[in-house]
Amino acid sequence: MSTSEVKKNSSPVLRIEGLNKYFGGLRAVNDFSLEIPEGRIYGLIGPNGAGKTTVFNMVTGLYHPSSGEIDFMGENIVGLEPHEITRMGIGRTFQNIRIFPNLSVLDNVCIAYHPHAGYGVFDAVFRNPKFGEKEKELTERALDFLSIFKLDSICNETAKNLPYGEQRRLEIARALATNPKLLLLDEPAAGMNPGEIVRLMEYIHFIRERFDLTILLIEHQMRVVMGICEWITVMDFGEVIARGTPKDIQTNPRVIEAYLGKEASHVA
Amino acid sequence: MEIGFLLISIIKIVAIIAYLYGLFWAMGHSSKWVKIGGVVLGFAIIQAALSVPIGGSTILNNFDSGLLFQACTMAMVALGLNLIYGFNGQFSLGQWGFYGIGAYTAADITFRWVNGDASGLFVVGIGVILGGIVIWLVGGFLRKYRRVPVLSSFTLYLVGSIIAGAVALFIGKSIAQGLVGMLGTAASPGPLNSPIAMQIVFFLAIVFAGIFAAEISFLFGLPVLSLGSDYFGIATLGFTIVVNVLMVNSDTILPFPEMKGGRGMIGIPKLTTWFWAFLFLLAVIVIMRNIIRSSHGRAILSVREDETAARAMGIDIASTKLFAFVLGSLFAGLGGAVYAHYIGFLSPGTFTFLVGFNPMIIVVFGGLGSMTGTVAASFGWIFFLEGLLRVLLSQMGTEAPTWRFVLYPIALLLLMLLRPQGLLGNIEWGFLKVALVKRTELAQEASETAASG
Amino acid sequence: MQKVSSQPSPVIHEPKASLAWIGQLFLVAVALLALYLVVSNLIKNPILFTQFVVSGLQLGFVYAMIALGYTMVYGIVKLINFAHGDVFMVGAFVSFYAVSRFNLHKWPETAFPGISEGLAVVIGSITVMLLSMIVCVMMAVTIERVAYKPLRDAPRIAALITAIGVSFFLEFFGALNFVFSPRFIPYDRPFEVVAWYIKDGIHRITEGQAPPDNSVTFSNIFIIIVLASILVQFFLQFLVRSTKIGIAMRATSFDKPAARLMGIEVDRVISFTFAVGAAFAGLGGVLYAIAYSSIYTQLGILPGLKAFVAAVLGGIGSIPGAFVGALIMGQAEALTMGYISTPMRDAVAFTILIIVLLVRPTGIFGEPEKEKA
Repeated sequence: MSTSEVKKNSSPVLRIEGLNKYFGGLRAVNDFSLEIPEGRIYGLIGPNGAGKTTVFNMVTGLYHPSSGEIDFMGENIVGLEPHEITRMGIGRTFQNIRIFPNLSVLDNVCIAYHPHAGYGVFDAVFRNPKFGEKEKELTERALDFLSIFKLDSICNETAKNLPYGEQRRLEIARALATNPKLLLLDEPAAGMNPGEIVRLMEYIHFIRERFDLTILLIEHQMRVVMGICEWITVMDFGEVIARGTPKDIQTNPRVIEAYLGKEASHVA
Repeated sequence: MEIGFLLISIIKIVAIIAYLYGLFWAMGHSSKWVKIGGVVLGFAIIQAALSVPIGGSTILNNFDSGLLFQACTMAMVALGLNLIYGFNGQFSLGQWGFYGIGAYTAADITFRWVNGDASGLFVVGIGVILGGIVIWLVGGFLRKYRRVPVLSSFTLYLVGSIIAGAVALFIGKSIAQGLVGMLGTAASPGPLNSPIAMQIVFFLAIVFAGIFAAEISFLFGLPVLSLGSDYFGIATLGFTIVVNVLMVNSDTILPFPEMKGGRGMIGIPKLTTWFWAFLFLLAVIVIMRNIIRSSHGRAILSVREDETAARAMGIDIASTKLFAFVLGSLFAGLGGAVYAHYIGFLSPGTFTFLVGFNPMIIVVFGGLGSMTGTVAASFGWIFFLEGLLRVLLSQMGTEAPTWRFVLYPIALLLLMLLRPQGLLGNIEWGFLKVALVKRTELAQEASETAASG
Repeated sequence: MQKVSSQPSPVIHEPKASLAWIGQLFLVAVALLALYLVVSNLIKNPILFTQFVVSGLQLGFVYAMIALGYTMVYGIVKLINFAHGDVFMVGAFVSFYAVSRFNLHKWPETAFPGISEGLAVVIGSITVMLLSMIVCVMMAVTIERVAYKPLRDAPRIAALITAIGVSFFLEFFGALNFVFSPRFIPYDRPFEVVAWYIKDGIHRITEGQAPPDNSVTFSNIFIIIVLASILVQFFLQFLVRSTKIGIAMRATSFDKPAARLMGIEVDRVISFTFAVGAAFAGLGGVLYAIAYSSIYTQLGILPGLKAFVAAVLGGIGSIPGAFVGALIMGQAEALTMGYISTPMRDAVAFTILIIVLLVRPTGIFGEPEKEKA
C-alpha cells in the first residue's frame, strides 16, 4: 500500500480531460475525465453501451475525439495516428480477440517488432548480412518473449488453431511485445470460466510486475474488477457516475442503480 | 490428331509444373552451388528446348514459345496482384492498367530508339529519377506534420510530379538531341549503333517502364487506398478503364502519334528472349519472396489479417498498403514491358478491363497469398486456356474466344462456392516456403535455456 | 453527486488537421475550373448548353433507374452487384426480341382490331416493358439464390468476385451467336420517335428535316424517360416508407441479425430487394435501348458502373440520394462530352467517385459516421 501511495504523487501516465465524442447526434462519451498514476491497475466499468470501448478507441487513436485532451506521459496524443500512439507506449487488446488468425504464433509477436526491425526493404530484398543478423535477433527475442507466456513450444502453430485461452494469452503477449508503458485490456475475462479467471487475475498481476506496467482494463465480471483493480471509474451513458476504490464503488447507490442492480437482477 | 494434341498438351502442362517445382526446390536448397546450378540449368533446359532442333523441329515450337513468354509476363502481373490482394488484402482491379502503362512506356522508348530518337529513354529515365526524388522529398516534408489530410498530401505529390515531369521533358529532350549528334543511335552511325547498346537500352526501358508504372501507382494509390475495400476495387477498375481510354486516344488526347491510338502500335522491336523473360520473372519472384519473408512482409500480411489490430501493433497501415500497391504495380509494369517486346504490337484491345480480370482470376485460382499457386496457375492458365482450349475450341467453330469467356466465369463461380481458398490453397514449394525448421531449432534452444536458466 | 446530464453541445471542435488548406485549395481549383468551363460555355452559347443539359438529363434519368437497384442492394447486403448492369442489358435485349421477333407491341391491334392507334401503341409498349421487367426480376432472383446466397457469410470480396463472375457470364453467354450475338444490333422501337425543337415556340420535327440552328431539340423518349424515372422514384418512396415489406427492408438494412430476431424473413427481403432493383433496371434497359437505338451485350457495363458511382455520390443506401446523384452524373457526363472530349466521359465518372469518397464518403444524403463495433 505504501508504494502505491508514493506513486500516486508522481505525474500520471494517462490524463484524460473533458473528453467528448459524438456520432452524429448521438453522444457516446460526454465530458469524460480520468487520471491514472504510474503502476496502477485501473478499472473502467459500466453497463453495455456506456462508452467504455469508445474511450479506449480514442486513447489508442482509432477514433478522434470530438473535443477534449488526452495526455500520455505528459504529451498530448490527440490527433496522432494509432501506430504512432502504439509506438509511444500504449498497447491494447480487444474485446473480441483480434489476433492475426492465419499467421503463426511467432509471426503474431514478430509484427510487434516491425517498427524496430532495424533493416530496410533493400536489406530484405538482397538478404544481406544485416538482414540475417537483425532477423535472427528479432526471432530470438520473440521466442524468449513467447517462453514467458509458455507459448514458445507452439510458435509455428497457426494462431487460429489455438484454443481460446491461448489465443487470449497470445493477444496479451502480442500487446506486450510492443513494449508498452500503459496496457489497455478490453474485457480480458470475456468467455472465461471461473478457473481461467483466477489464473487470468494472477497473470495480470504477474505482467504488471514483470513489465513494470500501468494497466487500464474494461471488465464486466465483478469478480475480476473487484479482485484486481486498485481504483475504479464507473461510466453510464457516456458519463462518469462514480470513482473510487472497489469498496467505495460496491456501496455507491448510483452505481448499484445503474449497473450492479441490473447485474444482480440478471444473476438472480 | 486431336487425341495426340490433347496428350501432348497435357504432358506439356505437367512438365512445366514439374519444371517449376524443380526450379523452386533448387533455389530453396541450402547449398549455394545447387542454387546457382539449378537456376542455370533451369534457364538452359528451356533454352535448349526452344532452340536445339530434334528431328527437324524444336521441342517447344513457335506457338509454345509464345505461350511461354505470355505465361512469364502473366506470372509477373499476377504475382504483383497477389501481393496487393492476396497478401495485403486490397481488392485491386487496376493491375491491368499498370501492365498497360508499363507496356506502352517501354515500347515507346525502344520504338523511338530504333527510329533514331533517344528522347524517350532520357525523358522517362530522368523523369522516374526526378519523380523518385520528389516523392522522397515530399514524404520527408509531410512527416513533420500531424494528421495531414490525404487530399493535401496528394496535391503536394501531384504538383511535385508535374514539375518533375516538365523538367525531365526539357532536360531529356536536350540531352537526347545532343547525344544523337555525338554518339549516334540505332538509326544513325556512331558508337551507340550496336546490338549491345540496343540490349542495354532494352533493359533500361523495361526497368524505367516498371518504375514509371510504380510511380503512377503511388500517385493514384495515395488517395484511393484510403477509400476502403470495395470502393477501392471500383476506383481501380475505373483506373483501368481510363488508362484504356487514353490508349485508344493516345494520338489525339495524348501527344504520342507513334502509338497510333485505337489502331494499335506497330514496329516495336521484338527483343524479348527467353533470357530476359526468365531473368525478370526470376527477379520478381526473388524480390517478392524476400520481402514477404521479412518484417516488411509480416507487416503487409498483418494488414490483410486485421487492419485495426495491425494499427494497434504499431503498423502504419497507410504506408504499408501503399508499399504493397506500388511494388505490385512495379511488377505489373515490368511484365507489361517484357510482353510488349515479345509481341511487337500493342493494341488497346489487349488492355481493356474485361481482359484485366484475367490476373484476378489467376490469383483466385492459384490461391490468395500463395506465390507458388500464382506462378503455377499463370503457366497452367496460359498453357491450358490459351493453348489447349483455344485449339480445341477453334475446331468446334468460330466462337472459340467467346466460349472461353463463358467457361471462365463458370469455373470462377464454382471455385468461389466450392474452394474459395484457391486450388493450391496456401501451399508453397521449396524456395517460397516459410522457413519453419530453423525456428523450431531456435525454439528448442530457447526452451532449453529457459529451463536451465 | 447527482449530475444533471447536459444537452450535447452543438459546438464540435475536432482537432485541427495540418496542411488541410492545400487539399482545400486543390478542390477549390478543380471546382473553379469546372465552374469556369460551365459558365463560359453557357455564356458563349446558351442554346447549345441547354441542349447538352437536356441530353444529360436523359442520361441522368436512365442512370437513376439503375442506381436505385445498386443503392438498395448495397444498403441491404453490402454487395456491389456487378451483374446489375447486365440485368439492364438483358432488359434491353428481351424487349428487342419481343418487338422484333414476336411483334408483342402489336398485340392490342390484333386482339382488338377496333382499338384506337394511340391507345394500342401505349398498351403494346407497356406490355413490352412489363415483360422485360418480369424476365429481369426472374433472372435477378435466380442469380441471387444461386450465386450470392451461398456466400452470404463469406468475406465480402468473395461475393464481389462472384458478382464479377456472374456479370462476365451474362455478357459472354449473351455474346454467343445462338443467344444475342456479339454484334451491335439496331433496335426496332415499339413506337415512333417524335422530336420537337424549341425556337420561337415548340415545333415538331418532321422526318428527314434537320432542326434549325440554335434550337434545343427533345423527343418523346426524353419525356417518357423523365416521367418513368420520377414515377419509379415515387413508387419506391411509397414502397419503402409505407408498406410492410418496405419497413422490413429498412429494418434488414439497419441490422440484419436484429431483423431476423424480430421475425423478419431476411432471405425473402433480400430476394425482394434484388427483384425490385432488377425490375427498374429492366425498365431502364428498355428505355435506354429505345433512346439510343443500338444494343449489344456489353452495353450494361459502363452505365452500370456509372450508376453505382451515382449511388455513392448520393449516399449509398439512400433512394433520393441515388436519384440526385444520377442526375448530377448525367450532367457531368453530358457536359464533359460536349466541352472536353467524348472519350473522357468515362474518366469523369471515376474522378467524381474518388473525390466524393475522399471529401464526403457518406455522399450527399448519407448518414453520418456510425460507431463501429
